[in-house]
Amino acid sequence: MPLDTYKFHDLIHRCFRCGYCKFPTNWMDTNNCPPYARFRMEPYSCGGRLWLTRAWLNETLDWSEHLAEILYSCTTCRNCEIKCPLSFNVDIVNMVVAARGEMVEQGKVPPAVKRFLENIDLHGNPYGSAKSRRGAWAEGAAIERYSGQEYLYYVGCTGSYDTRAQNSSRALGVLLSKAGVSLGVLGAEENCDGNEVDKLGETGLFEMLAEDNIARYNDLGVKKIITLSPHAYNAMKNLYPRYGGDFQVFHYTQILLELINEGRLDVSRGFDAQVTYHDPCFLGRWNGEYEAPRKLLAAVPSLRLVEMEKNRDAALCCGGGAGNFEIDLLGGSESSPARRRVREAAATGATILAVACPKCLVMLEDALKAEELEGMLAIRDIAEILAEAGGTE
Amino acid sequence: MGTIYQELVDIVDAEHVSDRPEELYIYSFDLGTAEPHRPDYVVAPRMTQQVQEIMRLANREKVPVVPLGGGLSLAGLAVPLKGGILIDLKRMDSIIEVNEKARYAVLECGVSQAQLTSYLARQHPGLTHSEPGAPPTATIAGNVLIHGQGDLAQPYGFNSDLVNGLEVVLPTGEVCRFGSCAIGVSWFTNHPLPDMGLFFGWCGTTGIVTKLSIRLFPAKRLRGVGQFVVDDEELVPEIMEKITRTQMAEDVIAYSRAIPPFGMGLQHFTVNIAADSEKELEFKQELIWDDALGEYISRGVGGYLGFTRGLERPQISKTSDYKKGGGFEYVGSVMPIEKYPLCYRRGREISEKHDIPYTVTGRCIGAGHSMMFAWTYAFNRADPETMRQARQALHETDDLVLELGGVIWKPGTYGQQLIIERLDPGTRELMRRIKAVLDPGGIMNPGNWEGI
Repeated sequence: MPLDTYKFHDLIHRCFRCGYCKFPTNWMDTNNCPPYARFRMEPYSCGGRLWLTRAWLNETLDWSEHLAEILYSCTTCRNCEIKCPLSFNVDIVNMVVAARGEMVEQGKVPPAVKRFLENIDLHGNPYGSAKSRRGAWAEGAAIERYSGQEYLYYVGCTGSYDTRAQNSSRALGVLLSKAGVSLGVLGAEENCDGNEVDKLGETGLFEMLAEDNIARYNDLGVKKIITLSPHAYNAMKNLYPRYGGDFQVFHYTQILLELINEGRLDVSRGFDAQVTYHDPCFLGRWNGEYEAPRKLLAAVPSLRLVEMEKNRDAALCCGGGAGNFEIDLLGGSESSPARRRVREAAATGATILAVACPKCLVMLEDALKAEELEGMLAIRDIAEILAEAGGTE
Repeated sequence: MGTIYQELVDIVDAEHVSDRPEELYIYSFDLGTAEPHRPDYVVAPRMTQQVQEIMRLANREKVPVVPLGGGLSLAGLAVPLKGGILIDLKRMDSIIEVNEKARYAVLECGVSQAQLTSYLARQHPGLTHSEPGAPPTATIAGNVLIHGQGDLAQPYGFNSDLVNGLEVVLPTGEVCRFGSCAIGVSWFTNHPLPDMGLFFGWCGTTGIVTKLSIRLFPAKRLRGVGQFVVDDEELVPEIMEKITRTQMAEDVIAYSRAIPPFGMGLQHFTVNIAADSEKELEFKQELIWDDALGEYISRGVGGYLGFTRGLERPQISKTSDYKKGGGFEYVGSVMPIEKYPLCYRRGREISEKHDIPYTVTGRCIGAGHSMMFAWTYAFNRADPETMRQARQALHETDDLVLELGGVIWKPGTYGQQLIIERLDPGTRELMRRIKAVLDPGGIMNPGNWEGI
């Protein structure tokens, strides 16, 4: 495809490759771009990706699977957009996603990306698991099916299928139900939210998922949605309105904070541990929600919250964004972002690394094992911590 | 013995060696106007021993080696002009030691400016280093080796004057140390052993610096920037002389630029001042603005524009986006301060001739001993004609530097040849001999200082 028909053809040459995008906001290292942190070679930096994209689009460089892997290794964490001082910074991730879109159009994506997208198309989830088992996580838990309650509790693919994340799905469902929140789940009728599909550049499949979900929710009379995953939160809050989706969307930490403030959530048993919190990119940098999770943790008796040096908009991504929790172009090394992140958490002296995203939960849990830090640190979803503090565990 | 690629993989690891088109493409470029040249291999070592083994391999196979730090010289100094192995040194980024009492830091060669700034601010807030105005990914080692200067240049001079020691891998693979560390003691001084000028200013043609020790300085509690302006460029040298005479400033920069248009032709000064107390700050401000520069204000030829507390470190630069074109390059020079008016006027002529809005900057080095004067030319990376114009302007400016009696700072190959043509024959012969002794295979960054 010639460069001049690329959506950002008049923008992409403006990246100077000065490298601001490699840093966190406190400048402490050059490891805050996940792919660059993983490989430490210039093509994997944000600027390298943009220059390669331009070279491919202006036919200076041929497509290759390696080129595609470099583009798809971007987790769309938006650290680059936070750090780049130039006016086009708001479109840096969009430029990468648009280039991926061109690759999708041409059928030239890495095999793992193809498999990821095919699984969502065929099974409604990236794992290729049976649709009929999507609601199995809730078996035995006192969580109702959605039938017009105030909130739809949207669990998402990872919370539905990953055995570790299922625990946080259940913890949150029970926690909300016990607090008297009127909610229901879709079980096997739930479908992928499509956030990762959008970030992988598969616009057509995303549109299909969004329209299908919106139609289903409208049919059911859904007005308000609580999401377990910040990824789903982002899609439903920011992308669905383009397709007519008109829902009030909340990340679960925002609802739990409301319940705490209203005295409807019992956390009186406390949680006696030093805890550090990892900001998920799609809650923090994408949606500006840095405080609700922290306020929740601060509200738990005996819990001592300590910050990692890279926190809030400086947080290092776990490496799972844009499908990489399954596509895994950044794994397999002590330099993998998730392994770096658990080391950063362990360095605080905390014994618990709290998360508010099922993808971060799974990524960091695996990293913990790889780093052999299990005796020192445990990964817990905030919902699990609050459930324990309230005795609903 | 396998292929060069396989041997590089054996030395480092498969993930940090590449001969694939994507890596070769990215590492073929400088960020300025230099024409790209592809390396044959790219390797990113993590430790000195790996650099040694790469150098032995390259020396055995007579393959060129190009060391790369931050890659921000903008003079094409790390473009692999003759292919070979490009060594990206940024993975070697450990801060090995900070000594608070002796005020020095020992660093691996890939440590960036911002990384050290941030580390000192968080771990040793009483210390600071002389940070250049380069983007924050610029490495400390790269800046030192090209004789860079930073925001403590006025009291302390060039950053290359602030080095206490080096660890260097020679082109033949041996490791050498210079400074006090060479005799096994701490890295606290470069004196009084034989000096290490074999590596500064050589553009990576004599060896690869893998570690260095630099001097740190007290970080004053209060820092800020004062601004002053005059409309007559002839006043700049004497104003610089007066400010430096007070010895109250950390950094003194004069600049002029075409954008915004209302500032065109004016000569602006930024003067960094630091203090540990309000009293000290007030005293320093009084000495500079009242005693040194008050006469210009009372004569109506100069204006004080105010003092802003706080110092942006690392500095944020948007120069590359001036033309919404993603590119700029500059010629830097080391120049006597009295040449400022001529540098400004002649530089402006070159810019206007090539239809590029002019930007000139002069940073005072030491107590007025010299200045680093730079002419910046923005271009649009998507428009080859603007790149050609900028390249031509840069060459004309290289010529101008020598015509005005200055020395080209971190010259690219064009500037290097201009210097070689004028070089004292004895010096040139000594350089040739040194190069032959250190790099008998001629593998180090070939194309640079060629023909000495």
